[in-house]
Amino acid sequence: MKFMLMMNVPHDTGDYRINQWTPEAFNAHIKFMKDLNRDLTKSGELVDAQGLAPPGRAKIIRFGKGGAPVASDGPFAETKEFLAGYWIVDVEKPERAYEIAAKASSAPGPDGQPLVIPIEVREVLGAPLPSEG
Amino acid sequence: MSSAHPRSVEQLLRDLTPQVLGALTRRHRDFAAAEDATQEALLAASMQWPLEGVPGNPAGWLYKIALRRLSDHTRSEAARRRREENIAGEFAIEEMLMQSTDTDFEPDQDDTLLLLFMCCHPSLTTASAIALTLRAVGGLTTAEIGKAFFVPEATMAQRISRAKQAIKESNTPFSLPSGQERDERLDAVMHVLYLIFNEGHTSSVGEKLQRVDLSTEAIRLTRSLNESAPDSPEVAGLLALMLLTEARSAARSGPAGELIPLDEQDRTRWDRALIQEGVALIAKAMSSSLIGPYQLQAAIAAVHDQAATPEQTNWAQIQNLYGLLLRISDNPMVALNHAVATAMVEGVEAGLSLVDAIAQDTRLKEHYRTHAVRAHLYERAGKHHLALEHYQRAADGTSSLPERNYLLSKAARLSSRRS
Repeated sequence: MKFMLMMNVPHDTGDYRINQWTPEAFNAHIKFMKDLNRDLTKSGELVDAQGLAPPGRAKIIRFGKGGAPVASDGPFAETKEFLAGYWIVDVEKPERAYEIAAKASSAPGPDGQPLVIPIEVREVLGAPLPSEG
Repeated sequence: MSSAHPRSVEQLLRDLTPQVLGALTRRHRDFAAAEDATQEALLAASMQWPLEGVPGNPAGWLYKIALRRLSDHTRSEAARRRREENIAGEFAIEEMLMQSTDTDFEPDQDDTLLLLFMCCHPSLTTASAIALTLRAVGGLTTAEIGKAFFVPEATMAQRISRAKQAIKESNTPFSLPSGQERDERLDAVMHVLYLIFNEGHTSSVGEKLQRVDLSTEAIRLTRSLNESAPDSPEVAGLLALMLLTEARSAARSGPAGELIPLDEQDRTRWDRALIQEGVALIAKAMSSSLIGPYQLQAAIAAVHDQAATPEQTNWAQIQNLYGLLLRISDNPMVALNHAVATAMVEGVEAGLSLVDAIAQDTRLKEHYRTHAVRAHLYERAGKHHLALEHYQRAADGTSSLPERNYLLSKAARLSSRRS
């Protein structure tokens, strides 16, 4: 069964002010994420993992008259959190997806301690399980 | 040599895979290495044969190429080990391999069965057993399997190599188990094939993407299992179940990919030939004294498939069959289906009181299927507000997108009738 793990970061601290971290802390963080993705490929569970451009570059698009897209630019003050990146994993049971999410949540911060990033876990709708049929 | 269509070459290669891999594994013992070598031979053939034609002895050709790859692999392994551990020897296998020719190729009719036992070994996770079965016995490439499950090729490759590692560590001999172990391992094989079929059957709704048809592959593999284990009526039952389900596939979704329930399907679109074959298989299987869950499910499918209209469905027979199934299986979904059949025979109230009893189990109380069955029965009873509520709750609980859409459309139909 597939799950989407969404890394939501608080809007006010943006990306945890990662631009102010020491190079060592920054590299440790990047390495953590790379290792995680490598491990998930090795375990045969990774479907996709992507980081998203910062919300300052985001636009919200709506359908306009005549079919032309109507864009509103960020920043979007009304949102408290924004999606910084996501994983899609294919796992045997939900508990394993939670375990991966907890791992991702433990990515190190400026002091080397876990950032405890909130990860939203959502099941991807697919085919029904045979045990349910 | 004769020139060949790529499509028929592909089919031929898939059919020859277990023969080649089986002979190679019997000879070399290292299943993982033999499997890699077989894949390389398949790849070589898939490029060469469509251009140059299929060789006179295609299985022998594949065997020879695979053997050569295996020998290259063994030689470099041995060289590496000699470098690292400074030991001599390792020549025995190499010598043996070097001296082999394609005339040594000895197919064995038990090979498919042996390989299926291997690939569905209990030490593997379900997902890896499925992947390995499709590759090692089905002859599919890693890329094709990845695409079929919407997983990147690199991830699928790791899943397969982990599966092979687990088999290696389990020290399972390449020989047929006997007695009770054989029964248990056969159950595991049937389960994996059933899962592959189900994956193809359920995910084929709506979008037909460019990918291998998993139901067709599952049927093909189950056919060869049935040939290798003709003494097992459950295997015949499983094959019948697949055929009788597959027979309805053209009718089970509409133009927008929406699910069409059994009682609303255009029965003229059901595949008569598949139904006939399935019915004959299940009738023969059930004449034996060993009745199992696949046979019973196939028998239920046969009753549905033989009804010219929904009204002609023999629900009493279906209720009986679910009753038998209930006795040998503790699957709560069987109990829910039994409740539906009971409602058809004895009336909605009888069905609902069975559902109430099932829902005593707290895990099932909020299960989406429980809600879906309740919704269906309430709708039949004309209690539309209750039906609406349970359709909505069932829709929120399912993991299947087509099913969610179906349940929501049922809810929408009821609420538009009310307003």
